[in-house]
Amino acid sequence: MMRTHRGIDTINGDIASVFADGVGFGELAVIRNPDGEESLAQVVRLAGRRVALQVFSGTRGLSVDASVRFLGRPMQLRVSQQLLGRVFDGSGRPRDGKPSLDEGEPVELAGPSVNPIRRRLPGRLVETGIPMIDVFNPLVESQKLPIFSEAGEPHAQLLARIGLQARADVIVFGGIGLPFDEAMFFQQTFEEGGVMGRTVMFVNTAADPVVERLLVPDLALAAAEQLAVAGQRVLVLLTDMTAFADALKEIAVSMEQIPSNLGFPGSLYSDLAARYEKAVDLPGAGSITILGVTTMPGGDVTHPVPDNTGYITEGQYYLTDGCISPFGSLSRLGQLVVGKATRDDHGPLMNAMIRLYARAQEAHKKLAMGFMSTETDARHLRYGELFRRHFMDLEVELPLLQALDLGWRTLAECYEPQQVGIKREVLQARWPGEVTP
Amino acid sequence: MSDQRASGTIVGVNGNLVAVRRHGPVRQGEVAEVECGSERLMAEVIRVDGEVAQLQVFEDTRRVAVGMKVAFRGELLSVTLAPGMLGTIYDGLQRPLHRLDDRQGLFLRRGAQAPAVDLQRQWAFHPTAAPGARVQAGEFLGWVQEHHIRHHVMVPLDLRGSATLIHVADAGDRRVDEVVAILRTDDGHERAVTMQQRWPVKRAIDRHERRLHPRQRLVTGCRIIDTLFPIVRGGTACVPGPFGAGKTVLQQLLARYAAVDLVIVVACGERAGEVVETIEELPRLVDPRTGGSLMERTIIVCNTSSMPVAAREASIYTGITLAEYYRQLGLDVLVLADSTSRWAQAMRETSGRLEEIPGEEAFPAYLQTRIAGLYERAGLVELRDGSTGAVTLIGTVSPAGGNFEEPVTQATLSVVGAFHGLSRARSDERRYPAIDPLESWSLYPRRIDDDDPAWDAAVEFCRTTLRRAAEVDRMMTVVGEEGVPLGDLVVYLCGELLDAAYLQQNAFDELDACTPMDRQKRDLVRIHRALTMEPSLPDKVAARRFFASLTDAFYQRNYCAPGSPELVEQDLRIDQLLAQVGPTATRAGAA
Ligand SMILES: Nc1ncnc2c1ncn2[C@@H]1O[C@H](COP(=O)(O)OP(=O)(O)OP(=O)(O)O)[C@@H](O)[C@H]1O
Ligand SMILES: [Mg+2]
Repeated sequence: MMRTHRGIDTINGDIASVFADGVGFGELAVIRNPDGEESLAQVVRLAGRRVALQVFSGTRGLSVDASVRFLGRPMQLRVSQQLLGRVFDGSGRPRDGKPSLDEGEPVELAGPSVNPIRRRLPGRLVETGIPMIDVFNPLVESQKLPIFSEAGEPHAQLLARIGLQARADVIVFGGIGLPFDEAMFFQQTFEEGGVMGRTVMFVNTAADPVVERLLVPDLALAAAEQLAVAGQRVLVLLTDMTAFADALKEIAVSMEQIPSNLGFPGSLYSDLAARYEKAVDLPGAGSITILGVTTMPGGDVTHPVPDNTGYITEGQYYLTDGCISPFGSLSRLGQLVVGKATRDDHGPLMNAMIRLYARAQEAHKKLAMGFMSTETDARHLRYGELFRRHFMDLEVELPLLQALDLGWRTLAECYEPQQVGIKREVLQARWPGEVTP
Repeated sequence: MSDQRASGTIVGVNGNLVAVRRHGPVRQGEVAEVECGSERLMAEVIRVDGEVAQLQVFEDTRRVAVGMKVAFRGELLSVTLAPGMLGTIYDGLQRPLHRLDDRQGLFLRRGAQAPAVDLQRQWAFHPTAAPGARVQAGEFLGWVQEHHIRHHVMVPLDLRGSATLIHVADAGDRRVDEVVAILRTDDGHERAVTMQQRWPVKRAIDRHERRLHPRQRLVTGCRIIDTLFPIVRGGTACVPGPFGAGKTVLQQLLARYAAVDLVIVVACGERAGEVVETIEELPRLVDPRTGGSLMERTIIVCNTSSMPVAAREASIYTGITLAEYYRQLGLDVLVLADSTSRWAQAMRETSGRLEEIPGEEAFPAYLQTRIAGLYERAGLVELRDGSTGAVTLIGTVSPAGGNFEEPVTQATLSVVGAFHGLSRARSDERRYPAIDPLESWSLYPRRIDDDDPAWDAAVEFCRTTLRRAAEVDRMMTVVGEEGVPLGDLVVYLCGELLDAAYLQQNAFDELDACTPMDRQKRDLVRIHRALTMEPSLPDKVAARRFFASLTDAFYQRNYCAPGSPELVEQDLRIDQLLAQVGPTATRAGAA
């Protein structure tokens, strides 16, 4: 079912419209300029015979004389082991000079959701060796979790480090509007880390077309989904999801949609959720874990992009001043593994340590304001310092059980057992030293 | 219901909105099916402009094309009401999720259709009405037993006026679609009655005698709610809070422990994983009231965030309609809607596509009306036979940026009876449940029994102490601990004790997660006595030390089962602590 039409009627932003019959919503088309340049495009609105197309490579240079060939199907990707070790662009074309894909069944991007009742309850810890993650906000297989960050923070390093350490069967990397150098950094890290052979990268750099930014997560997740159905444990790394949201905004504006908040479309929540909800643990098959980077414009967590993201994901790692902050960071699936896939003292220990660190921060503030510090404050201050050194420093790499032991030693160094708010039987089993009632 | 069914042809597609040239009359809100190849996609009329009707499609509209046919069904968006719904997990349109699998058995199939209840199942029907009786909508004709509830078979709820019962089936096994009674209406028509009926979800079921003023407490097992901001059977409450503050965990607790007959959980535009947690959890837990599993008293309406957005808008109505149906059976039903903001956003998306003039934050101008209309469907009612039924509605709100000044929170606050506001500061410090004890409120009475002065005094003490402690805390951030007198520091420490050992509650500890009302009473009264004995503390260091130990002891008590030796041990410890600091200690401790 291929129909070719000549002539473009209107061009507005990255949307071009033509007159055609029998075209389906969401269908893919190839637009061919008289100069031979081709781009993919997708049907985003139908009104009578008028068909609005979102042009993947942008409309700059597009001629009203261009021809449009409808493919009779939505966008697809061929998924097989052939993907591994390869790099593609946001339209799914090779970026590494190697041949196109010819193996595997083509699958539609952004396919239907997994039936909620067919999901498996997550329960496997992904150990990273980073105490702020493993101890306080454990990453769980099939979790979806963003790193909330700002310009200048080492989010790329953190993402790559987790990618290398997570021991997934397959890494799917989606680069969205990345500076070229950063895209290269990821590729090199994967190559040097020896994981490129089980990695597939979809990369859209800041110089590439905006519309393709919208496709990168869908390409990455379609690949991940097929591989997971085939039994593989897939880790999807997406950076930067704020660039994705900005692209949504740009397209919404050219579609003349009414913006809801700071110009973002009212569907921002649903649009982000449709991607993040692809994270899943499939019974009798593999899983998809999604780790993303969301840069917060102006460091503002209430900005619509981090805000909507936080409402969708299962927690967040909050990167500030080069550390994963103990406040604001959260792994909601933590409770499924803490004490179950880890050690029985893990839960009470981590909660108490965070609570006390909050106290340490207060004591610190008091000190900064020139107030007299009490004996308790002195304990808090000491604890705060040790906490930063032993746990928050991103240089630290420590297996989980060792980190837990260090946690108890740190508490015992600063407090009496009745000051830490941990239930008695746990204290008796774990406190380094005597626990008197 | 009109007999003429209109048809139509698609003339435009804009996301999940399709424009249809209609042939024949259509109704606002009428359900239609879009014929997309072999798939039938359900849709609903949301606007009519002359010959063209705008329909929102409850599914992905991929491949829908201009020229495709649309069949109108003549019915408004409706649910089936019948025995067999308990324990089921539905999507927003009441399709049972276990019937919506694709070929792989993993993904949802577009256009899937399935009856809401098992049509093959046989129910032992017991007639209770006799031919010749004059009946009205909602009157009981007989019953079947479904788990712990006696599920009455009613005169159809949409019957207008009265009718005469001319036949009732004998006792025996029946399917829900078999005729169990025949009525003759006053205009002379005969109407067959089965155990199942349909009701349009956007209309409240109001076949009761009258609405009552709700004042009977609904015990949740959550101390801060039951003690400070109680809810009542037939009341309403909202739980706004920024992401990660604990809205869903709180709702999951309520689904487990609330003392009601039935719970309807509406997972509206939130995470699918949370539904999985619920359906893994509930079947394993025993309902202390019935001895059956908690899943047997639960229905889940599940339209999670990646499921179609138009069905999300419908899901809350589906949930509340099911609840109203059970209320009509004389039951006490709790509806938990997480999150009403996603429902409001679904309205916003549709309104935007219809190019309606946007209100604040682009929400439609009718947002307030819709929210008020929804909460108004909760309530305590007296049925025609004098018994009562209740629908209690608790909705979470997910305010943009965690700021309660936004339209959905504000519109909700103006209609609910209780406000359990979650605070970011508290959840950051892991003070769960993060319900803000100073900002939250409840319009419902705090008293449990009319004559329990000890409890009333303890609650009052708790409130005033928390408020005063917050003032001292604020003061100390300005003048430091050295700047406040010892007495103020003690007030502050009392507040901290109440917070840590009473208001905070660990959802993941089997014992602490739910505190029965009688224990709440005993514990709070005990804390009250301990804190009002005016300990003689020489200085602030001694005060801090004393309160650290006392707080710890009361905190540890929460993890001790009633009557256990550990509890006795902690009580002893408390007595000793109190004895060390004051002469009145022994009396207070022994009580
Ligand atoms: N009562 C509690 N006891 C212990 N931990 C809790 C409690 N309430 C919340 N938490 C912790 O906070 C996390 C987030 O809670 P929850 O998922 O309920 O947040 P939410 O308000 O529903 O967020 P969102 O709006 O994003 O859905 C939980 O995963 C859990 O770790
Ligand atoms: Mg939630």
